[in-house]
Amino acid sequence: MSASRDDERFGRPLADPPLRPDEKLDVEALLDGLERYRPRRRGWTWRRRAPRQRLFEFEYHETSEPLERSVPLPAARHFEGIDPQPDCVITTEIASGRPEDDVRRMRMAAWHGANHIMVIRTAGQSHMDGLIEGTPEGVGGTAVTRKQVRFTRRALDLIEDEVGRPIDFHSYVSGVAGPEIAVMFAEEGVNGAHQDPQYNVLYRNINMHRSFVDAAEAKRVMAHAGMLQIDGAHNANATAVRAWKVMPELLVQHAINCAYSEAVGMPRDLIALSTVPPDAPPAPCVRMDLPYAIALRDLFSGFKMRAQQNTRYMESDAREATVSHVLNMVISRLTSADVQSTITPDEGRNVPWHYNNVAAVDTAKQALVGMDGLREMVRVDREAPELAARVRELKERAVLFLEAMLRDGGYFAAVEQAYFVDSGEYPETNDDGIARRSDGGVAAGSIVKRADDYLAPVCAHFGENHLELLAGFAGGEAAVRGEAAPCAVIGGCTLCDDTKVPYADELDPEDNAERRLAATRELRERGLIKPEVEWTGDGIVVVTMFLPAAEPVAKAAALEIGRAMNLDDCEVVHSRVMHPAEGTLIELKGRLDVAVDPATLVVPEPPEVLSDEEIRAFVRERGVRAVAATVGEDEHSVGMREIIDIKHGGLEKWGFAVTYLGTSVPVDKVLDAAIEHAAQAVLISTIITHADVHRENMRKLADLAVEKGVRDRLLLIAGGTQVTDAMARECGLDAGFGRGTHGHEVASFIVRALEKREQAG
Amino acid sequence: MVRPDTYREVRAHLAGLSDEELEARFWDLAREAVAPLVELARTHTSPSIERSVLMRMGVDSITAKGVVAECEARGLLAHGAGHVLLVCMQAWGVEAPKAAARLARGEGWEVAEAKWGGAR
Repeated sequence: MSASRDDERFGRPLADPPLRPDEKLDVEALLDGLERYRPRRRGWTWRRRAPRQRLFEFEYHETSEPLERSVPLPAARHFEGIDPQPDCVITTEIASGRPEDDVRRMRMAAWHGANHIMVIRTAGQSHMDGLIEGTPEGVGGTAVTRKQVRFTRRALDLIEDEVGRPIDFHSYVSGVAGPEIAVMFAEEGVNGAHQDPQYNVLYRNINMHRSFVDAAEAKRVMAHAGMLQIDGAHNANATAVRAWKVMPELLVQHAINCAYSEAVGMPRDLIALSTVPPDAPPAPCVRMDLPYAIALRDLFSGFKMRAQQNTRYMESDAREATVSHVLNMVISRLTSADVQSTITPDEGRNVPWHYNNVAAVDTAKQALVGMDGLREMVRVDREAPELAARVRELKERAVLFLEAMLRDGGYFAAVEQAYFVDSGEYPETNDDGIARRSDGGVAAGSIVKRADDYLAPVCAHFGENHLELLAGFAGGEAAVRGEAAPCAVIGGCTLCDDTKVPYADELDPEDNAERRLAATRELRERGLIKPEVEWTGDGIVVVTMFLPAAEPVAKAAALEIGRAMNLDDCEVVHSRVMHPAEGTLIELKGRLDVAVDPATLVVPEPPEVLSDEEIRAFVRERGVRAVAATVGEDEHSVGMREIIDIKHGGLEKWGFAVTYLGTSVPVDKVLDAAIEHAAQAVLISTIITHADVHRENMRKLADLAVEKGVRDRLLLIAGGTQVTDAMARECGLDAGFGRGTHGHEVASFIVRALEKREQAG
Repeated sequence: MVRPDTYREVRAHLAGLSDEELEARFWDLAREAVAPLVELARTHTSPSIERSVLMRMGVDSITAKGVVAECEARGLLAHGAGHVLLVCMQAWGVEAPKAAARLARGEGWEVAEAKWGGAR
């Protein structure tokens, strides 16, 4: 059981049985009994920083407590499998449209180091006047409902116990139902949310008066629940015509939301700015964006920084996106980031897929850990003339923007006059900003002036509220005297008495998670394996191919090749010219309607290794000798060295006496040396596979050993990148070892095989 | 309006400010810009706010929607949907969910009408 059971950050223990790392999430069980599930904690949780943490042979300056269970970076195998976790929160956005599939991806992302999971809402949810209930399938996002939130939070409780670190769950408090969503989130233990009335106004065309009136109430509720707020300014970057010109406006948008949030009672440490480095290569983006990042952090000290990654210049090339995102994190590390958000490298081509969430989280972890403590040695030179001048200029341009806005009649007037998302760098304007009418947009005319007897007998309410009227109601006197909460008159509101929170299940008998799960039940029950990228059994695969043709021809050819591979719904999701005539790289997506039953598979057992002590004792007692060589006309020596050399943890480490004969050694010479040295084992390395020369070498070794009459007293072992154990045995050898083999496995095999021979004979 | 970059010309009054003074000016202006927005929010309510009040009183979202729609139709939103519900709870001696369910069905509005007058 996880240590998190005794950790106050997680809240009270959960009744659900803990997850087992070797078992899948039981999504059907998690959907059952949701009417009884209650969140075990509320509010936001930061990572616990661990200054000067030692892991393996290294000291880290900007990391947090390690996870109990995780998947480390691939190269960690050279560093005893350590998985240092950066100091800042790492975000991933998961919203496939099906909550039952989202939670499985959340578990994968958590194992790679995400501890802030954001669910994007389904298209159109911001225009719904009220809450959605149940689990209808979303488009471009997931329908965020009480059931979806409860189900997800329940799964995240188990996942955070499994990895040993609290996970913050996040979605959106925007649209025309902001206050209701805020209340539902507060009741259900959602830990953070986007809230920025400017987002409604500019990008969702929701009436500006309604947006700001609703926002005040929503923010008050969020503050009451300790939720972290993230603003919406990054959208101005994503929609700007020339992103490098939008910086003064971004500062203003952040300021409007921050000042408004503080004025309605949200503490500064719960207000996070969503800030993106606006540019990407081939622009000299770090030099352009660093002054902006610094101006922002100067102006907004005390607020939290949520560093987002650039989406404005994302194309279908995942490699390009990844490099841009790493450059974004150079800025995060040179300045500061409390939350490092990630964008999946495939977002430029489709709704994110499972493994791209993991890729983005790994990219963040890898880059941030790689730059650990960089700021102590490489400091931004605030006196550098270009930097100093540009930081000052950006601040002045933002002040000029605010001055003009006030001169022209204030915020609402400025929006009417298309001040925002203009492609000019203020005070330059190109008359192409987004204009909204103050009497227009969705839900125009829907706000109402509060009457002299306006009353709301609940907590976390903003604005005029004539609580003195409570004196006229039974049990209201204490609230009037300020000795009880306003909700005392109703015996407590849902924010004070959790038992009053109502639960709504499905409204649509067809469009819901249970129905969708029924359609894929056979896959789960029989454990069938079908490829997927988003949803259980979606069958989507991607084939990467180089085609020696010009791009338009290559794309057409790829579709034909996909059909020949039995793929349905083929689509070229990425292509890149290698040379206009010589060829094109293609990534082809298709659907494959094939499920494999694991019962029909022969899965090789992972090699079992003996302990260092067992091997050493056996080798010392018997004096085990081996000869080794790279055979044939083959000059590769690295692989064999790794298996033999003491410095690579090879056979010599346990006391094996190994004679290394070198490269390009004829097979008969290897056997002669084995006889001469009275060796018990022969190791050959065969890397080159052209014309099946590796198989030929193996067969030759076995045949010659028989010919020379030494087959029975020699263990014959082959290794190489294309060698498998089955192939080596088929060629008459005792064992074969392929790519990624360690000396430990070879040593264990030799000891075990020699033991077996002793027992046999 | 299309305007070239006049930054060099219009910044003269800022040139003499220290960085601290410039930053203070930035925040003074931002607070000045949001003050009327805060005042608007303080003195107004909306259907969503009222539904969120009913939710906090223990009413489910669908019933809350019905009650607020009735309040709007009867011109009662300005008094607060929670206020209307509270008056009915007291009159009928029942908890919020029960009273709200009745109101959402369009029943029992005579209690509110007696206090605030009839439907508009």
